[in-house]
Order: sequence, then C-alpha cells, then structure tokens
Amino acid sequence: MGTAPPVAEASGIVKQFDSTVALDDAHITIHQGQTHALVGRNGAGKSTLVSIMTGLQAPDRGTVAFDGRPAPRLADRDAWRTRVACVYQKSTIIPEVTVAENLFLHRLDRGPLGLVRWSEVRRKSRDLLEKWSVDVDVRLPARELTIEQRQFVEIARALSFGARFIVLDEPTAQLDGAAISRLFTRIEDLQQQGVTFLFISHHLQEVYDICDTVTVFRDARHVLTASVADLPRSELVAAMTGDAADTGRRGSRRPPPSGAAGTLTVGSLTSAGTYQGVSFEVRAGEIVGLAGAAGSGRTEVAETVVGLRAADSGTVDIAGVRPRPGSVPGTLAAGVGFVPQDRHHQGYVPHMSIADNGTLTVPRRLGSYGFINGRVREGLARSAIEDLAIKTPGPDLPVAGLSGGNQQKVVMARALANDPRLLVLISPTAGVDVRSKEFLLHKVEETAAGGTAVLLASDELDDLRICDRVLVMVQGRVVAEVPRGWNDHELVAAMEGVDLDA
Amino acid sequence: MPDTVATGTPKDSTEPSKPAVSAERRIAFARLRDLALIPPIIVIAIVGQLVNSVFLQTDNIINVLQTMSEIAVLVLAETMVLIVKKMDLSLESTMGLAPGVAAWLTVPTGTGHGLGLLPGGWAVPVTLAVGLAIGAVNALFIINFGLNGFIVTLGMLIVLRGILTGISGGQTFFHLPGSMLYLGTTEWLGMPASVWVCLILFAIGIVVLGFTSFGRSLYAIGGNVDAAKAAGIRTDRVLWTVMTVAGGLAALSGLMLSGRLASVASAQGNGYIFTVFAAAVIGGISLNGGKGSMFGAFTGILLLYLIQNVLTLGGVPAQWIGALNGGIILIALALSRVTGGKIQE
Repeated sequence: MGTAPPVAEASGIVKQFDSTVALDDAHITIHQGQTHALVGRNGAGKSTLVSIMTGLQAPDRGTVAFDGRPAPRLADRDAWRTRVACVYQKSTIIPEVTVAENLFLHRLDRGPLGLVRWSEVRRKSRDLLEKWSVDVDVRLPARELTIEQRQFVEIARALSFGARFIVLDEPTAQLDGAAISRLFTRIEDLQQQGVTFLFISHHLQEVYDICDTVTVFRDARHVLTASVADLPRSELVAAMTGDAADTGRRGSRRPPPSGAAGTLTVGSLTSAGTYQGVSFEVRAGEIVGLAGAAGSGRTEVAETVVGLRAADSGTVDIAGVRPRPGSVPGTLAAGVGFVPQDRHHQGYVPHMSIADNGTLTVPRRLGSYGFINGRVREGLARSAIEDLAIKTPGPDLPVAGLSGGNQQKVVMARALANDPRLLVLISPTAGVDVRSKEFLLHKVEETAAGGTAVLLASDELDDLRICDRVLVMVQGRVVAEVPRGWNDHELVAAMEGVDLDA
Repeated sequence: MPDTVATGTPKDSTEPSKPAVSAERRIAFARLRDLALIPPIIVIAIVGQLVNSVFLQTDNIINVLQTMSEIAVLVLAETMVLIVKKMDLSLESTMGLAPGVAAWLTVPTGTGHGLGLLPGGWAVPVTLAVGLAIGAVNALFIINFGLNGFIVTLGMLIVLRGILTGISGGQTFFHLPGSMLYLGTTEWLGMPASVWVCLILFAIGIVVLGFTSFGRSLYAIGGNVDAAKAAGIRTDRVLWTVMTVAGGLAALSGLMLSGRLASVASAQGNGYIFTVFAAAVIGGISLNGGKGSMFGAFTGILLLYLIQNVLTLGGVPAQWIGALNGGIILIALALSRVTGGKIQE
C-alpha cells in the first residue's frame, strides 16, 4: 500500500468494562482509499473499537493514530471530527429540526447580534448536499426523511467537517435491497473521490460486494486481516466463529407429504395501496417464503395473517377457523405464533425479564383465574432458554441486557410458547449474528418438522433458503412461485421484478 | 459492552420513499403548525364579539392580557424546560415562595409574619435570587444526580409550598414594599407594565429559541441528546441554564402577581401548573421534547384565557368555569391531535 502512513491505525488496544474484557490487545490498520470491512459476531468488540477510534471512549491501553499522527485528546471533539466520522447504527439526526440545521448543528452561521442567519445556513446546506449529490430538500424536518436519506445526510455532514475517513456501523441493517445497492453506489463514488471507509456488517455478502480488505475480530481479539479476494467465504465464517462452519447446508429437510392438510388458507386478500388479490395456502409441516423488496407488501400480508392489520377484503383461514380480521387475540387463539418484523419495536419489552417476555402470549398457562404462578412461569422460561440455547445467567435477566441474537431468540421463544399450528416470521434474522441466525433458522425447520405450518416473510436469501417454496411479491401482487432449489440470481431477479430471460 | 446492549428503536424501514412533489407541501405544513391556533383564536374572537360587544374593546383585551400575564410567564419557562425534554412542576410553588420569602424578610414586624430584616429595596433581588436558587436545586437533582424530573419537581412542589405556608403561618403577607408593587401596578404607555413584561419576554423567547445557537441547542438536546453531545453541545451546562432560568422566570411571574394583588397569599400559584402544561401542549409543545415553538406556546395560553373571558362575558356562573376550563383543555387537545395527526405519548 505504498509508503504513505495509514489513514487510521489502532494498536495494542485494551479496553475493559467492569469484569468484561471488550478488547484485548486489538489492532487494525486502514490504508488510504480502502473500503475495509470489520466483521465479527456480536460481542467480538467491534462497537467498542469503533467508539475508541471515533474518540467517544478512551482505551485503557494502546494508541490510535490518524495519518501517522497520534489522535487528539478525547475532549477535543472538533479535532476528532476533522479526522474521522462515524455513521452509527443509532441515528444522530435530530428528527424535529430541519435537514439544514442537522447538517450545521452547533455551528450555525451567525450574523450581527449573534443571531442565526437561516438563509445562509440553508444555502450552505444546499451546496453541501449538492457537492456530494444528495437529493434532499434541506428545509424538510429530518423526521420526514427515509432511513436511507438520513444516512446520506449523516455521511454528508461527516464529510463537511473535513474527515475523509468514515466508519459505517451496520449501515444496511435497516435498509431494503434497492436502498442498499444505492448506498453501495454512493460508497464507491466517494471512494473514488478519496474517501476511506471502515465498514461494519453482519452480512458477509456485503463484505464481498463492496470491500477490498477485511478484518475479523473474535472474542475481543484481532483474528485476521486479509484481502477479500483471497479469502473464501468458508474461511471467513470460520475465522468469525472459531470453527469451520458449513455454509452449504440447507435442503437437508425432507419436504412435507403432499397430502398434508392446509393449515393456512389465504383467499384473494386485498388492502388498497399495499397488496391486491393475494391467495395462497400453507400446509402443515410446510415452510413457505414470502419474498419481495421493501414496499412489495410481503410484510403487510404477513401482518394481516397474524391480525396486526385488517385487509379490505379477502379471507384468512387458520386451521379451519376464521379469526376476526385485525384481531391479534383471535389469531393467537387460532394457534398462531408470531415473530414480528422489528424486535425492538414489537418483539419484546426491554426492561422485563426473559421469563416475562417469553410467556407474554400464554398467560392462561401460567396459572388460573388470572393469577400468575411464578414457578410455572420460571419452568416454561427455563425450558425455552434450554431449547433455544439463549445465553443468559438466568430467566430473570431483563431482555435489554442480551445481545441482538439472543433477544431474537426470546422473541422466538414467545412465538413458540403456545405450540403454534402456524408460525409467522417477518425478517426473523435481521441484525442477528451468523451463529444465532443459523440456530434460529434451524429451529424453524425443526418446528416445521413437528407439523407446524410456517410462513416466512423476508428478503434475506439465507432465510428463504429453508423454504419449501417461495412466493415472490412485487408491488403488492404475488408474481411468481419458486420451488426449493432456486439459485440466487433467479430469486433476486424475481424480487426486483426483472426477467432474466428477457 | 455496547455491543450487547439493544440500541434505540429503529423506525419502520419498509416505508417507501415519498415522492418529491409533496416536499413543498410538507415544508409549508411544518411551518404552518406554529400558526395552528390562529384560526381558533379568530373564531373565539368572533364568537366573543357576538356574545358581548365589550369583548373586542381595548380595555377588555388588555384586561385579558393582564390576567394571563403572570401565568404566561410560567408557560414560557415551562416551554423551555419541556423542549429540553425535562419537566418542572415546582414552578407554581416557586412563583409563590420567591415573593413570599422577599415579603417575609422585608415586611416590618407587627404586621402579620414579616421579620422586617431587610429594607424594602431588597425585595426584588431577593425574589429573583430565590427563584434562581430553586431552579439550581432542581438542576442539581435532575442533571447531576440523574433523577427523574417529574418526581424531583413534584417533591419540590410540595416542599416549597410547605415552606411558604411555614414562614407565612398560612396567612397572607400585606404591606409589601413599593418595589414589589411596581410591576403589578404601573402602566407604561397606557398598558400595564406586567403586560409589557410578558410580551417582551415572549418576544425575547421567540428570538432566542429560533435564532440563537443556545436556543437551537435546546431543540437538539430535546430531540436527540446523544446527537447533541456528538455535535459538541455542552448538554449539562445548557440544561442547568434552562432549569435555573425557569426558576428565575417563575419568581418574576410571582412578583408580577404579588404586585397586582398587593399581597402574597400562602396559596399563591396553587394549581397553576396544570393550566401551564395544558397551554403548552395545546400550543404544540411536545412532552417528549424537542418540538414546538415559543409563539405556539403563547397562542396556547392566549386561547385558553380568551375562551375563559368569553365564558365570563357570556354570563356563565363562576362556579362552572373550572369544569368548562377542563373540558376546553380536553377538547383542544383532541383537536390538536386531529389536526396534528400524531399520537401524543
């Protein structure tokens, strides 16, 4: 990489939180013009490294340097900002104020009397967004922006400080396929203009798509740094998990007998503006995927099935029962288990314990006359923890204290608590580390093998791989049914509404 | 480890990007929200005029403005506090205790509970100092000890009210020094001084919140405190300033009321805080912080007092005003929910 000093370098970093060692003699070197991936399972120390490299925390030991010069003092935020910027998972955009104000937060242009000159602020914001070709009206309140637009605004803000080294912390976690590809195009453009990226992701495919170098962290330590081109996927996964993982599994499950009874029958379901004339059947023991890009209506159809929303017309029959549309208690009584799209939002109550969360759907089983029998609840929770291999000291830990993968397992436990006849999952592995993902998907297969019908709405290819068949939705309609054994191109093309043969 | 902690609540990601065509409309709508209460105020003005032709006469309008001036200053203080996503319930007790302490120290002995320790000229500085000190104590508890603002200021509300009852023996201070009466009794250019003070303070508030970096930092802190910190805003310092200034403003409000009534009752300000919150929320201030404007808050309290005035002019028995007021607040909230379209949390 020539003789120029690396854009950013951290060496010998040690960081400890109470008794937990977050980083143990970790190091990373990022060279000019690279798009460098940092991967590792949850808890590998990625986030801690990011907060140290962006000056939010001081390491206990070790040094950080930019362009060969030591990093500024922690208190000197301005100096940090000219060297490195980070687009965090959690947005640092203030929703209620305008885009322009967000861009120039705390450095607004001021005229005489120290009053803010809004016209000047707006003009500079427009120039800035134009320079980096971000197409957003600067007068809009930031809450009106899509997540994608917010990220672009954050990147533009970072660049406006003069930083040419940008850390992207799981930027794709909340984006759909099309938005991700737009983000990648943007990253490539910026890369050509001399911006260096450190890219943190759970999705290995993304690493192969846009990064040239990858660094793997495991258990608070640096494991390897290699050129992406020289590193086969299985080795990358092995480096992350610490043992060789088989990425080529799947398809081992035997399809359900063709004579099995239909558990879920959806008849010409229509909801104005979101989906039209959706009909399908899911038989006992079958896993049916509902694929499609964001906005295709897949999530909405799944939410209609579980009663989170009601359709304008059409029918949903679950095991011969037709629950009242739009009634979650109704569908629960009909035997539906549900993993919602966004676990933070609909999945669990963060301050409640694993036991409480895992048994939210089955109050009747916990005791009679509305009283809760603590021992019964604990028993149920313990078996769920064991069953789903949830990593926790005990069932009383609040769910907020778990890692993303384990939180999702709790949500799964809740869905499975009433031994559902129909299991509905929406993006069940979003934001979950590789190991937990494998585990969760395996659990779904196991559940199906027990005779439960499964409806899986997702655009994640790994999720869809376990399905017996995949229904592809485009703009609210089911446009294709793809049987098991599809290849990636085929399915992605169908989801994007592209015909490969044309 | 940060890695293992769930981060915030991501917004719905499936929301398709909205067409750019409506951007202009959305911008216009965002601006109009500040003026949302203007139409109802006009409607009330028309109704008021129909009910009683006195309504729109200058004297009546000034009367309304003077009656609301003290509580409006509380609304101003609470607005700042709400925008930074804190809460201060103790303002209503502060507006009683601050002039109460001043009266206690300056009113000569022999008349009620006065101690007569200080000359009358000290009354105003003492009032303001007590207000600022109470604000600082609130700030200490809420910001430095990280306690919940609702509970801390609820405690303060009770304690301060109790102190006032204690020093006054549950009675009313009369014979206040002249300096304390000034704001409540003087007229400047034909309008009571308290009305001027109230209007000028709101004008300053609008400029500070809309056009200074300090004011904008309030919105940043209330909207997303982490982002504000990341942008280099000294959030604790700003919060301290806001809480302390709010206490000072409450003291000033109390001074205005004591001046107008030429006394400090031990129950001065009792129950005001509910009207203050209602006015702020009707005026578009969010209890979740970071949202709303000073102008909106002003229209909120103005609307409430105009309605009250219309009811009085319309001959509604005074005993029913309370019930009607509560009803009006609920209706106004429901209306702002319908027009604003957002669920209040």
